[in-house]
Amino acid sequence: MTDQQTAITTDSGIPLDPVYYPDSVAPDLASRLGEPGHAPFTRGPYSTMYRERLWSMRQYAGYGSADDTNARFRYLLSQGQTALSVAFDLPTQLGFDSSAESVRAEVGRVGVAIDTVEDMETVFDGLPIDQLSVNFTINATAPIILAFYLVAAERQGAKMADVAGTLQNDILKEFLARKTFIFPPDHSIRLVTDVVEYASEHLPRFNGISITGYHAREAGCDAVQEIGLTMASAIAYTEAFMARGLDFDFFAPRLSFHFSSQLDLFEEACKVRAARRMWSKLATERFGAQKPNSARLRFFSGCSGATLTAQQPLNNVVRSTLQCLAAVLGGAQSIHVMGYDEALGIPTEESVRLALRTQQIIAHESGVARVIDPLAGSYFVERLTDDIEERAWQIVRDVADGGGLVDMLAAGIPQRWITESAYRYEREVASGERIKVGVNKFVSDDIAVPPLFEVDESAGDRQRQRLAERLARRDDVAARSALSELDAALRNGANSMPYIMDAGRAGATLGEIADTMRAVFGVYREPQPW
Amino acid sequence: MTGARRPRAKIILAKPGLDGHDRGIKVVGMALRDAGAEVVYLGLHQTAEQIVHAALAEDADVIGLSVLSGVHLDVSQELIKACHAAQLDDIAIVVGGTIPPADVTRLRQLGVRDVMPVGTAIDDVVDRILTLAAEETRP
Repeated sequence: MTDQQTAITTDSGIPLDPVYYPDSVAPDLASRLGEPGHAPFTRGPYSTMYRERLWSMRQYAGYGSADDTNARFRYLLSQGQTALSVAFDLPTQLGFDSSAESVRAEVGRVGVAIDTVEDMETVFDGLPIDQLSVNFTINATAPIILAFYLVAAERQGAKMADVAGTLQNDILKEFLARKTFIFPPDHSIRLVTDVVEYASEHLPRFNGISITGYHAREAGCDAVQEIGLTMASAIAYTEAFMARGLDFDFFAPRLSFHFSSQLDLFEEACKVRAARRMWSKLATERFGAQKPNSARLRFFSGCSGATLTAQQPLNNVVRSTLQCLAAVLGGAQSIHVMGYDEALGIPTEESVRLALRTQQIIAHESGVARVIDPLAGSYFVERLTDDIEERAWQIVRDVADGGGLVDMLAAGIPQRWITESAYRYEREVASGERIKVGVNKFVSDDIAVPPLFEVDESAGDRQRQRLAERLARRDDVAARSALSELDAALRNGANSMPYIMDAGRAGATLGEIADTMRAVFGVYREPQPW
Repeated sequence: MTGARRPRAKIILAKPGLDGHDRGIKVVGMALRDAGAEVVYLGLHQTAEQIVHAALAEDADVIGLSVLSGVHLDVSQELIKACHAAQLDDIAIVVGGTIPPADVTRLRQLGVRDVMPVGTAIDDVVDRILTLAAEETRP
């Protein structure tokens, strides 16, 4: 060892000692830990954790037309999956009908196409909504998708009190990293607030928002930035909801979170322990939470696509196993595991099954679910949890000093942090400083490509055909009248949700509803990256 | 890096279609800038007409597209058609992203000059784009 030797650090650059001792950990650990299910929730959001109920195994799926996705959901449930997660195609995410000329090639490509309430009914045909928990990865058009789902639930005869699941509905991270925004930030946040207010009033088992660090992480930021930016988002949303006049304890118990899980096993597990403690502090000290549940952070862990490699794709099975393990050690409430072939295309049925089996083996064979917060008390783990928290608070302060997340995003600053971090990572891989097995080390000539998912090119045509038939059958006057009432509600500041549901009931399409919003709100263009 | 003495390479980068995955294209843009090229990043949701318009206005040597949503064949075909209509036949078009191996050949058959699927090393991407740019600027 010499002083010149490069420091050994975590993936986010936190320096690591060779070995940790009792005095590596700051005094009064017990108060920083608390009990599982109690503030500051470091040890987990529930007192019994996986001993009473395993995490939800929630593989993200959706492609082609509504009946294709219905078939994949039935298959996943038959294989022991315990919750559903809907992927939407890009036209649906960006507010276009399948018939729009400019989006023809994108229909049904990366998710299911939803044009009308009837499409949503088809996706859940034969699947009882009041017995499911469903996650919707949808943001700019989240109010429309939720409205269509609720109307579909109503038509199945489900009670609103039984509708369970999570709507992603986190528009700030769209500006930050995921990039399926439509409207400018202020109007977008108004729609997010409409949904959260409506869900808090009518849907006791439904999470109206999932505040997400996942996409910033996938776009290139590190674990500390992921947690810091997520807390900055949570602050921005909470302030917006309270400005609407909503009481913190009214909506906070249903706030949910979404993090990535990458490959630095201990840092990933410690990261979410730190995040729970940070939200607990924010909720009680800053926002005056009275209900214990308002301070309890629950999260969905999406494993990481960005860490998977096109080279030697079977190696990704091992990477995903480590990521899932980190999420379990960190106490996730639901988990998605990537298909090993996702660097090459949409996952095949076989790779999705293997991803689900990965979760099941960790749950039922590894033994890690038997004890709550099993890493606690390790000198290293507790020190790393404290270090991550301290550094993430610095990011929260930096964002506050920059005028809050909304202003920072408008100036493009956090986007630049992410891009710079992504570039640094790529340079480290190029120089060999960061080893990627099969990419810059242990490279083999074996370039065998696994069988890949074949997109059904006819799905788009079938979807357009169905839409045309529905439009021909509907009462145009009723649809137009519902849209004009929505237009008025958007302009006068009323909660838009009931109006969007009425429009859905009257047969208005997702594209028509989004166009009504575009006419009132305008559209957003992002700042230059450099 | 090749070509230090030739005129500065000018590269247009764009995301066509609705896909928002822009990590790769931004990283490529930064690497090209570090290698001395002039980079114009047009951003998301660019139509073929917008890209051609920018390529003409900027007198670009290379157009780089990044597509991770599976529509690489459609958008490349549209761009090549639009370039042809604008008599911009000598510009090199390269495509990166989630491109299944079978589509690499199909893209080349359409007239795409180089294809860089996920997994292509960043230095390799830069070298290949700058080599194409050098061919375009050769008198």
